[in-house]
This record gives sequence, structure tokens and C-alpha cells, in this order.
Amino acid sequence: MPTFVYMTRCDGCGHCVDICPSDIMHIDETIRRAKNIEPNFCWECYSCVKACPNYAIDVRGYADFAPMSHSVRVRREEEKGTISWKIKFRNGTEKDFVCPITTKPWGKFVPKLAEGEKPNQEEINSQKLYLEPEGLNTKKELPTVPKDSFKKGVYY
Amino acid sequence: MITTNPFSILSETVPAIATQSFVIVMAFLVVIGTLVDIIHKKNVKYFFENAKKAKQSAKKKLTTGEKTSVTIKTVASDILTTSELGAGKRRVAHLLGMYGTLLFWFSSVFMIFCYSSIDNVTPTIWPILWHVGAIMTCLGGFWFWLFLRVDVYSEAHPWYRIIKADLFVLSLLATATFGLIWSFLQSLNISGWDNLFLILFIISNIILFGGVYWSKFAHMFYKPGAALQKNLAEADGSRDSLPPPVDAPEQYGLGINRDKAKHY
Repeated sequence: MPTFVYMTRCDGCGHCVDICPSDIMHIDETIRRAKNIEPNFCWECYSCVKACPNYAIDVRGYADFAPMSHSVRVRREEEKGTISWKIKFRNGTEKDFVCPITTKPWGKFVPKLAEGEKPNQEEINSQKLYLEPEGLNTKKELPTVPKDSFKKGVYY
Repeated sequence: MITTNPFSILSETVPAIATQSFVIVMAFLVVIGTLVDIIHKKNVKYFFENAKKAKQSAKKKLTTGEKTSVTIKTVASDILTTSELGAGKRRVAHLLGMYGTLLFWFSSVFMIFCYSSIDNVTPTIWPILWHVGAIMTCLGGFWFWLFLRVDVYSEAHPWYRIIKADLFVLSLLATATFGLIWSFLQSLNISGWDNLFLILFIISNIILFGGVYWSKFAHMFYKPGAALQKNLAEADGSRDSLPPPVDAPEQYGLGINRDKAKHY
């Protein structure tokens, strides 16, 4: 479901207008607050949701992870380098996630893959992504999901 | 000019009771306009329904002391210093306009009701506050309207494009500007010209206070309520369904600040 704006929170700063890749976040001519002018063209990239400094933009989560009107809200804290998510399910279950902001300044971080060592088979089979965990500025072991906990019918 | 009460000089030609009635009518128009706006937009109904919903999903019940503390914080931070606008030009411009307008309006009312005759000598402070208020309103307002408006800044519309949302700021600027010019011409004692700007001052006041239903005038009543509700929701843990702020996090990424848009 496309984005929508809580008018009581929006202060008309224009960050969502600047960031929207589809150019559908615009300023209302009556109240000078943000609005989605073409909801059908919103592909729910969450750019405006994360960019909004007042958390005034909301979007219903994708149906595959938050079906039937579950609430998915985001809090971006640049000074802490984190982005937090809260998913509220209709049965009252709540899940909180904290993730690192991995955005890098444009053109400053180009991975030199060709110069690196080739991954061995164990690394290819690992659940870790390239440069994890060091790329997340942590040396801690990252949690993994045991394969036997996967849903039946999903084959890897 | 700056130490002269323009309304006491005006009382030589216009009876004080007429000026005072004008102020009462304007206040009445604001009340009517705001009430019609509330009925039409149903924003107060939404506000209370939202507050009820937030109360239901609250994680803890706030004590009276906690509520008072949140209210004081809201008044000090969100209302008196408009912290929601962040640190930057928009906030400075808004504060200039806000405090300028309040000074301008309160000193106007005080001078009109207490010192509206030539025999009653006005203390110098009131005309000074009136002029300083009008100048601050002009500085903040013109800065905002010419350079900081989001439809110009982010949408890249030309500065001279006027939309309905400009009704409030433009009528307010017209009021302050025409008021200052009227006072200036009155001090020069040029016959005719001061009356012209007095009429423009009156017309802009009528548009400002009579246009509440169509303009953004009433935002100054709604915004404090919305800010209080937002802070209460943060304090009681409902947080409008937002995740809690990260508590002493491990520094994950670079935490880079957002880049300013460079596409215009």
C-alpha cells in the first residue's frame, strides 16, 4: 500500500519531495504539507518514510512480511547510525529490529572485488554477506538461522 | 515614529470606539473561522480519536507529575522555540515571524484599548514594541516567503507563484508592512498618503482575520495540541507505533548525515 502523510506531524520541510525516486511526493497547495500525488505509482521503497525527520510518513508493509494492515514503522537516527523498525501484528505481537545505516557517501566506497581473495566454498555456503561482520563495524558473531527452522516446502 | 502610538493620532479622526469595535469584530471572525474550520476538517475529532487510540496502546499510565513534565517540555521546546523545525533557517525565520506577530498584535490591542486618545499619554515601550514586532514579522515573513518556502526550495517553483497556502503569510506580511508604512507617513504628516496606507492596513487585517477558514491561520491553535499529543505518546510508550529510540547502540554504520538535495 502506498505512502501517506500524517498531517499533524508533517512540517513541510520537503525532504520527502527531494528524495522520492518516483517524484510523487509533492507539496499540497492548500496547507503546504507533503502528500503523495500518485499513490498508484508508489513502489513502497520507504525512502521518504526514512527521510522524514518528523516520522510523519507511513506506509503499510509489504504483504509478504506484514499482511492485512499490520503496522510497520521506522525510526532513523543518523547520529547513532541506526535505523529501527517496529512491526505490529494484528494479534498484538510486536517485533522490534535495529539495523545499521549502511548508506555510504556517494563515490567514496567502491569495493575492489577483483583485488580481494576469492571466497572459498565454506564462505559461499555461509549465511554471511560480503564483508560481514566487519562491514557492519562489528567484530561480533552475527546470528544465523538454522536451516531446520525453515518453513516446510521451502527448499535450499 | 517608533515612539509614537499611531492609534492615538488616529483617534483625532476616527473615534476610539470604532477602532475598538474593529478589533472585537476581528477577534470574533477568528473564533468563527476556526470553529467552521474545525467542523469542516473534523481535525479535532481526529485528534481526540487518535489520542484515545494512543491511550489504548500505552505501555504505562502517566502520573500527573509526568504529564506536567511533558507539558512543560512541550511548551518550552515545541511551542516557544518550535523545535520540530530543527536547527536551521526555517526555525529562525519562524521564530522571528511568530514573536514579531505576537508583539505586534498584543501591543496593538493594548494601545487601542488603553491609550486610544491623544490626552492619554502612551508609555514609550508600547509603540516601540508595536514597531519592533512589525519589523520582526516582516523580516521573518519575507525571508520565509522569498527564500525558504518548500514549494520554491524543494519543488523548484518560481518564487512569484502564489498558492492558497500563501493567504495567511501574505496577508500577515501585508498587515505588518502597511502598518509600518502608515505609521511612517503619519509621522511625516503628509496629508492623504497616510490615509491610503491606513485603508490598506485595514483591508489586509480583514483578509487576515476574516480568511481564517481558507488560510493556515488556525495552525497556531492546532500545532501546540498536536505537539503535546506527540510528546505524551512518546512518554507513555505508545509512540504512534514507532519503534523506541535506540538505547546506547553499538556504533554500526558511519552514521552519515543526509546529503542536501543537489538536483536543482
